[in-house]
Amino acid sequence: MSAGLLFDAPGPKARARYRVLTVIGIVLALGAAYWVVRTFASKDQLTADKWKPFLTADAWSQYLLIGLWHTIEAALVSIALASVFGLLLGVGRLSENTPIRWLSSTVVEVFRSVPVLIMMIFAFGAYTSYGVFRDDLNPLAAVVTGLTLYNGSVIAELVRSGVHGLPKGQREAGVSIGLTAAQTMRAILLPQAITAMLPAFIGQLVVILKDSALGTIITYDELLSWSRSLGSAYANTIPAYIVAALLFIAINFSLTLLARKVQERLSRRGRALPDGDGAPGAGVTTGVVGTVATAPPST
Amino acid sequence: MGDILAKYNLFAAFWMTIKLSALGAVGALLLGTLLAVMRVSPVTTLRAIGTSYVNVVRNTPLTLLMVFSILGATFTLGLSFSDQATTNAFIWACIIIAVYHAAFVCEALRSGFNTVPQGQAEAARSIGLTFAQSLSQVILPQAFRGAVAPLGSTLIALIKNSTVAAAIGVADAAGLMKTISENETGTLGVFGLFAIGFVILTLPLGLWFTSLSRRLAVKR
Amino acid sequence: MNARRIGAAVVATGLAVGLAACGGGGSSTGSGSGSGSGGTIKIGIKFDQPGLGLKEGDKYTGLDVDVATYVAKKLGYAADKIQFVQSPSAQRETLISTGQVKLVVATYSITDARKEKVSFAGPYFIAGQDLLVRADDTAITGKDSLKGKKLCSVTGSTSAQKVKKDIPDVNLQEFGTYSECVAALVSKGVDALTTDNTILAGYASQAQYKGKLKVVGAPFSTENYGIGLKKGDTALCQKVTGAITAMISDGSWQKAVDTNLGPAGFKPGPGNPPTPAACS
Repeated sequence: MSAGLLFDAPGPKARARYRVLTVIGIVLALGAAYWVVRTFASKDQLTADKWKPFLTADAWSQYLLIGLWHTIEAALVSIALASVFGLLLGVGRLSENTPIRWLSSTVVEVFRSVPVLIMMIFAFGAYTSYGVFRDDLNPLAAVVTGLTLYNGSVIAELVRSGVHGLPKGQREAGVSIGLTAAQTMRAILLPQAITAMLPAFIGQLVVILKDSALGTIITYDELLSWSRSLGSAYANTIPAYIVAALLFIAINFSLTLLARKVQERLSRRGRALPDGDGAPGAGVTTGVVGTVATAPPST
Repeated sequence: MGDILAKYNLFAAFWMTIKLSALGAVGALLLGTLLAVMRVSPVTTLRAIGTSYVNVVRNTPLTLLMVFSILGATFTLGLSFSDQATTNAFIWACIIIAVYHAAFVCEALRSGFNTVPQGQAEAARSIGLTFAQSLSQVILPQAFRGAVAPLGSTLIALIKNSTVAAAIGVADAAGLMKTISENETGTLGVFGLFAIGFVILTLPLGLWFTSLSRRLAVKR
Repeated sequence: MNARRIGAAVVATGLAVGLAACGGGGSSTGSGSGSGSGGTIKIGIKFDQPGLGLKEGDKYTGLDVDVATYVAKKLGYAADKIQFVQSPSAQRETLISTGQVKLVVATYSITDARKEKVSFAGPYFIAGQDLLVRADDTAITGKDSLKGKKLCSVTGSTSAQKVKKDIPDVNLQEFGTYSECVAALVSKGVDALTTDNTILAGYASQAQYKGKLKVVGAPFSTENYGIGLKKGDTALCQKVTGAITAMISDGSWQKAVDTNLGPAGFKPGPGNPPTPAACS
């Protein structure tokens, strides 16, 4: 369903009206921005000494970059593990073996419901009590565990709905040329389903990246907690948070752009894909579409 | 464990979580629908606003949005709803939860739009419906039915995310968990109790939405 | 076919990246010698509490840091052998009981509930809940003059609980950290911040807040700051207690208090310097 299909190309009158609306909109936006900036300035939030720290090497090398790296580190490991975990669970939910299907479904439903933070606290408690990992790896391991269990469940749902979204003929064709159910899944259904869910999958990366911030409470120091320390050290909490927010937006936005690029490439290959941008490519089944929306992260 | 249950009012805390989530969810649904409509509207500016809204809001950590609502909006800009700090924090928490999840509702709805075949839009226009008419009478009803599953995931995430409101002092489940772990030296049992609470809140919703999405799916 | 290749490639890349990051994580965090008798000692402190435990660039400053450094020296660890670990309040007992850190010196009040999980050496300081206000504020003189004023504290903290209990209709804004409260106080969003006077004095002493904030000086509770260590480790407890006693008697304690909390005119309340309790 593309945006352009919902209305006629605007005529001269409509175009003039849109132009007026646009100008009014821009004026309003600029006015609001001016008011915000002026009010912040009048409350001494924009003074040079509150922002100067960000021009020093220390602010970056001792705080923000450490945090940034920790955020990315936890996200990368979790992404890899969650993909594998999610793939297994997703296939498990589609299995013809009833106990496996039930087990996978239970795991998915439960881990989707428990707050990630609580999973991290449990994992940290368990790892430290039983000395599972080297001491300095425990916080990372606990963060990764929480993120993997939760996002793996979400990815499992993506895989499942991706397979459900494929035309029935695909499975039938596989079975009719003599492949077993497992072979059909592996050779025919999964590759197509994974390609179809790729945009949503990359969208889920944003969730993982942001949720790593929950690790603060179990001593995993990522970007958010380092920006907090920075704000305390330089007595500029509000500017420090603004900078942290901008950094988060920048990384996540580049991830989103990457997702869009991948998606465009795939649609150019002539496959009917769910299209997040509302460009042509419509007519896909409901199941695939479910994959586009990812679950919001909590931080 | 029993003495902790007797000493702290778990139900009041979870009731606060439910109130936050319910108000936030209604707000998110309304605002998210508006955003989705903006993103398919004929006016370029509205489309641009919708797109940038989603990109900025979805990519900012919720904790920061929450803190900004009090430190930035209430204290610096003077946008206060009540002189009582707790009332003001509650209202802002609802707004922020709605604002944040509206971006996800918008994306869920857009995937719902994707399930509507082009022919539907073409048919609507060919019988002379305007943009507003074809959207409200033909496209949106079908899009909502196609978006039930992702909307369900968004609602589950919203309920769990409402815990972030504790960062501005709303006395919800997460706030109580902090209080208990301050007084009682963080026992895992306490965290388990809260985990169970959230599973009770969200698990039935998840199952219900799954069956709903099957029942409401537009047969094609 | 294409689809299949891409699918496989995605999974493979994901794995490769993940494993690489895993390896990187291990080596980057480096020489974690744990809590043993090796070369270094791990001590839990706060990283964002000016005057007590604050990371400033690559250095750590504050009263807790000075006490930790002194105690570590008496235990045989030079200053460069200390590895400071950020210790969020909710995880302090876990960190100690599982040996992630040897000691916790992080505005850690000695309470009966905590004694069930960990042992304490000290107290090394006696703090009390007090109020921090803007320097030009003369209306707030103590807990009883808060009517109609807006107060700030941290969600779930002991201070927030106490003030809610003592003043039922208190107008209290809660945040996740005290730094957010201070930002609110400076921008006139709230009128006072309440928590331990040490934390308040730490903020008032920060260069950026010089002359802008003051501690009211009417404490209405007592908090005994102790050094947390593994439950039942009496030998270690006695050594730490000995170090605290030595620190107080040789003047280092007074010096540490004056440098870290003194600049804003803060004087330790009655009972200071304390006599550390015997280890049990």
